[in-house]
Amino acid sequence: MSINLESSNVATRENRIGSITGYIGSLSDLAKQSECGTLKGCSRCFSQSSTCLSSCALAQLSAIRDVAVIHHGPAGCSVASASAYYLDKVMAKKRGVTNDTVYVGTDMNENDTIFGSTEALRNIILEVNKRYSPKAIFVTSSCATGIIGEDIDSVVDDVRDEIDVPIAAVHCEGFKSRIWATGFDISDHAVLSSIVKPPKQKRNTINFKNFYESARPEIIEIFRNFDLEPIFLYCNSTVEELSHISESLATTCVCGTLGNYLGNALEEKYGVPYVRSINQCGISGFETWLREIGKVTDRSDKVEKYIEEQRAIYIPQIEEIKKELKGLRAVIGMGPGYTFEVSRVLNELGIEVVWALAWHYDKKYENGDVPPSMKYLLDNEIDFEASVADQQNFEVMNILHKYQPDLYLSRHPGSTVWAIKNGTPAVFVADEYMLFGYKHTLEFAKTILDTIRNRSFESNLAKRVKLPYTDWWYKQDVGTFLEEVKK
Amino acid sequence: MAKLLDKQRYKCALGAMQTVQAITRAIPVLHSGPGCAQKLSDSTGGSGYFSPNIFPCTSINEKDVVFGGVKKLETTIENALKVIDADLYVVLTGCIPEIVGDDTGEVVSRFADADKPVIYASTAGFKGNNYKGHEQVIDAIIDQYLEKSDEREKGLVNIWADVPYQDLFWLGNIKELEKLLVEIGLKPNTIFGYNRGIDNINRIPKAEFNLLVSPWVSIGNMKKMERKLGIPYLHYPTLPIGAYETSKFLREVGKFAGVDEAKIEAVINEHEDYYYYLIERYADLFLENRVINKQFTVVADAQYTLGITKFLANDLGLVPAKQFIVDDTPKQYRDAITEEFKKLNYGIEAEVVFETDGYKIHNQIKEHDYHGYPLILGSYYEKELAESLQGNYLNILWPVQDKVVLDDFYVGYTGGIRLIEDIYTVAVQRFN
Repeated sequence: MSINLESSNVATRENRIGSITGYIGSLSDLAKQSECGTLKGCSRCFSQSSTCLSSCALAQLSAIRDVAVIHHGPAGCSVASASAYYLDKVMAKKRGVTNDTVYVGTDMNENDTIFGSTEALRNIILEVNKRYSPKAIFVTSSCATGIIGEDIDSVVDDVRDEIDVPIAAVHCEGFKSRIWATGFDISDHAVLSSIVKPPKQKRNTINFKNFYESARPEIIEIFRNFDLEPIFLYCNSTVEELSHISESLATTCVCGTLGNYLGNALEEKYGVPYVRSINQCGISGFETWLREIGKVTDRSDKVEKYIEEQRAIYIPQIEEIKKELKGLRAVIGMGPGYTFEVSRVLNELGIEVVWALAWHYDKKYENGDVPPSMKYLLDNEIDFEASVADQQNFEVMNILHKYQPDLYLSRHPGSTVWAIKNGTPAVFVADEYMLFGYKHTLEFAKTILDTIRNRSFESNLAKRVKLPYTDWWYKQDVGTFLEEVKK
Repeated sequence: MAKLLDKQRYKCALGAMQTVQAITRAIPVLHSGPGCAQKLSDSTGGSGYFSPNIFPCTSINEKDVVFGGVKKLETTIENALKVIDADLYVVLTGCIPEIVGDDTGEVVSRFADADKPVIYASTAGFKGNNYKGHEQVIDAIIDQYLEKSDEREKGLVNIWADVPYQDLFWLGNIKELEKLLVEIGLKPNTIFGYNRGIDNINRIPKAEFNLLVSPWVSIGNMKKMERKLGIPYLHYPTLPIGAYETSKFLREVGKFAGVDEAKIEAVINEHEDYYYYLIERYADLFLENRVINKQFTVVADAQYTLGITKFLANDLGLVPAKQFIVDDTPKQYRDAITEEFKKLNYGIEAEVVFETDGYKIHNQIKEHDYHGYPLILGSYYEKELAESLQGNYLNILWPVQDKVVLDDFYVGYTGGIRLIEDIYTVAVQRFN
């Protein structure tokens, strides 16, 4: 890809890497069609609500310590400021630091949609700067400001002289893309274009893109074996830290969807290698990833030694628990960064994936390759029915109803509850480190076992509730509302 | 005009999807961007019969912005009727269709003959906050669904209170208000919460009067029903919390409804007996703890700032410091609400400030002399502030992170006791 840091706009995933949100078929067909260029995403004539790209973009930026996010739009757009405030406080406290990031809205009203409000925005930026002296300022648009053509770039350029910290315009119109992960790219772009400086010296650091750094202490410990120091992004990052990420030895991420824009951009602009292996979930994932880190940082010996020690501890335990999991059937629904990774781990554990839903699908990663997690499955002759749906719950329910799996796994809030109402035990794979490495893969396997062992909660609830979908819908084909994209 | 919304405590008008969600088996159909529902939902108590990720949504994209989204809206409504088993479909518009000029009303009118009622409310985010959006939804029900009834059901009273979900205690409060009215011999009718839905909406026109318990939210709805349905209303501005206000409330409602005074007094007497049995037993805690001082501040919407100020002043003998109302109360209601803060026992008057800028609120709290540890009831934003002032803090208003409420409530006699329990649960965690 070619990244243009001079422009504040980022092309959407649909336009940049051919991402889609509508497809039904199989994993192998999806890959085949991606490779030969025949894959066309479908749209839906009926859909249920999903997620706004601004939530992804601004959750990332507002997690950086001591910055300001100014969300120019009606109060509903900036509503995420409430959860950002909470997260910043509790995540900083857990880490033993402070985070005084502010996330404010502009409470745009009807007059503003007619007459514009750039002057008010200008004053708000200056006032926020005066009140809080943030270390960086992100000024972001919304659907309403985008449609009326509010020129936030000019406002930002205009105040730049009066503000002595990095300031960036961040384009977050929710209608731009159905793929909320575009928001991750938007946040990376803002950080790259306003904060990251060209390298002056190489450091012993690895950029580690993640969400909420729950495994931070143990990853620091792992990397200490290799004489490497991870820098976790962006939760609890400082602006100073971010300004130096071009000096790291490599970039890696816990989720390809989350990290690929930053990883590719740092590689393209500053020659920082981006580790593109399958991710750290499960046994083969963890080992492949560690070996790749070893390779790019020239530490393969240390990595092999570590793998050998750890295998001795964990592999026998994982083998033991696999006996109890064998034969279980699962449906999973996650972002593409996890769907195909978790499918691999389930396969390792002897659990059959009968259907995998990806909330979107990137035909090609920024470097033009098919996503590595998918390639791994195909190379290992693992195939299953698959669909792409941006959290279309009615499609998930249709699938669960038809397949009645032993287990449903999802990573997104609000989805597992519907599985249990269907009477299907569900595991909420919330934490991005839930399957990280040998240790968490073992814990994950045990959690699955506990979940299917005691089905009281879901069976009690399922007996008492009525599902909100009509019988008509359950009799339909899951793809009933998909239609070809009109050119 | 756009303003600095620092520490925001409300959502936008489309947040009224939660008002619809609170009506059992009513479903919002959103004509909006794909992520509005997720943003505007709270993760607590949202996974009922319908949850935000079930809400049909046109998920407007760039093409719809240019060419309009009416076709997508039509197929979305049409298929929502097929896929989702609901009693009432409420189409809510977000910012985009209202700016680009989609005629939502026209599309919805095509479903006049559908098996289930389909109505719509204009709830673009820039039209106001979710308190206003709540009123828009009720207006839509009155305008597009309800019809005047010649029949009146003796003793039937529609109760209206503040905004479901935005109000942490909405379910418990409305159930408790119903219970109190039953005790004085009336037949309450509400449309929100457990076992309430389309049948209750259908009963609205038969009521003898509407009872509005809110400083300002829904006053417009009451007037509309008075005009269109011929239903008079009693506006009781204070959320009655604790014995003093609840007894006053029952007397006023009873008088308006023509309930026998002796009956009202008997109900009051029974409640007050038990209430003061509890208060007497715990009076030592109230008097002799070392951390709850006399002065308190409430940072909340008009409903709770007024209700709690009256409760703490008139029942517990505390003294209001500056009070803050953060719901962006429309200007025309502010004077009347300010007057209510002057009606405290012993001629005490509370200073109340209408302010949506949390930075300014925090500065005023820091500047105030509380003669000791402050007691602050507010949003999650006040937690750190209270800690820095060594104060006592209770999270009563959105955003809420410090409390889980399933059906707890602060209204009525029992609600007052619950609030006391919450305040002193905080207090007893420290010695001095």
